[in-house]
Amino acid sequence: MTVESCEDMHLLIQADHDGELNAADAARVAAHLQTCPACAAQAAALRRLSTRLRAEFVPEVLPLRLQATAARLAAPPRVPAWRAARRQYPGFAVGLALAACLALVVLPRPPVDLADEAVTAHIRALQPGHLIDVISTDKHTVKPWFNGKLDYSPPVQDFAGIGFPLKGGRLDYLAGRPVAVLIYGRARHVIDLTVWPGAAAPARDGTTNGYNYLSWSHDGMVFWAVSDLNKAELGSFAALWH
Amino acid sequence: MSGSGAGEIFARVVTPHLPAAYRLALWLLRDRATAEDVVQDAAERAFRHIATFRGENACAWVLRIVRNQAVETLAKSRPSAELDDDLPDDAPLADAALFCAEGETVLHAALAALPPTLRECLVLRELEEMSYRDIADIVGIPVGTVMSRLWRARQMLMDQTEGLRA
Repeated sequence: MTVESCEDMHLLIQADHDGELNAADAARVAAHLQTCPACAAQAAALRRLSTRLRAEFVPEVLPLRLQATAARLAAPPRVPAWRAARRQYPGFAVGLALAACLALVVLPRPPVDLADEAVTAHIRALQPGHLIDVISTDKHTVKPWFNGKLDYSPPVQDFAGIGFPLKGGRLDYLAGRPVAVLIYGRARHVIDLTVWPGAAAPARDGTTNGYNYLSWSHDGMVFWAVSDLNKAELGSFAALWH
Repeated sequence: MSGSGAGEIFARVVTPHLPAAYRLALWLLRDRATAEDVVQDAAERAFRHIATFRGENACAWVLRIVRNQAVETLAKSRPSAELDDDLPDDAPLADAALFCAEGETVLHAALAALPPTLRECLVLRELEEMSYRDIADIVGIPVGTVMSRLWRARQMLMDQTEGLRA
């Protein structure tokens, strides 16, 4: 192989590495790599570089301020079906309310995905002025604040010493009931931890609209943590509660 | 209801690509506050011009807007500079540790030291895993130029980091 022909191959080797070649060209590259140790070494170096880059750079998440901007510019949070219906047919509001009462008795609960609900609540809360009802880093202030507002007392802990400072609390409505939400910080990220009494349910985790969530049960309470924080750190936060 | 219509399109077209757009702005500008401002402005701009989105590649559309805004900001901050030059201040990002796995900053420094034109191609390909076609659309250059810039960027990174060469 002449030097020129190897240099001609470089961009093809790279394109092959990047998955941009058709089968015929990929076969051409493969044939060349078999006979040319120098180009084979180049191909191996490309693979090592990619592996290292992808391992080393943890994707940055969108800062809170930009999340809030996106939420503001996007459509308002999903309107519950009955409210949308009321908007369309205001005259039927009373009848609809009555029907809803009957439906509540007669029909099984509609299948609302808690993950969607929890993430939507988190995004709504990120909008200016919605995040925190009681601002305090003192669990002895936050916990009593829920007294009289809920029919249970949520466990409140501060993990400021290990990088998850308590920021405050707020009331929300989730899983068909009023719930306590504890707000924690992690660097520039916000974690919403929603807690309510309930039977132990299988732990869940996932990502919706770019937000990670984790749920678990402990001591008769159900916990849902939602944040733009990466999964690993959200997992560390969850582990503190077990 | 045109407002909420635009909002819905924004949520579908723009929102999913804002994290990648922010990361691109961050790599180009290498300053969090400036990158946030740029993406903020670009998001507003995308919202105002959402009607001009014709259902082509949403990712490329959003990143092109953010990229153009970032380049404009770079040019303003250094009126005499071309994007082709390296940035004058080569200090790594203040919170570079957030970018890197623990203890590994050689690669970060090498990536940050690349000329912005090479850095943007490399970041879009390696970290955002975009196709040559998408990168060409975002940066506004031919696919062939994307390929040669990627090659140069990779060779420079390999030269500057240990243990990558065979």
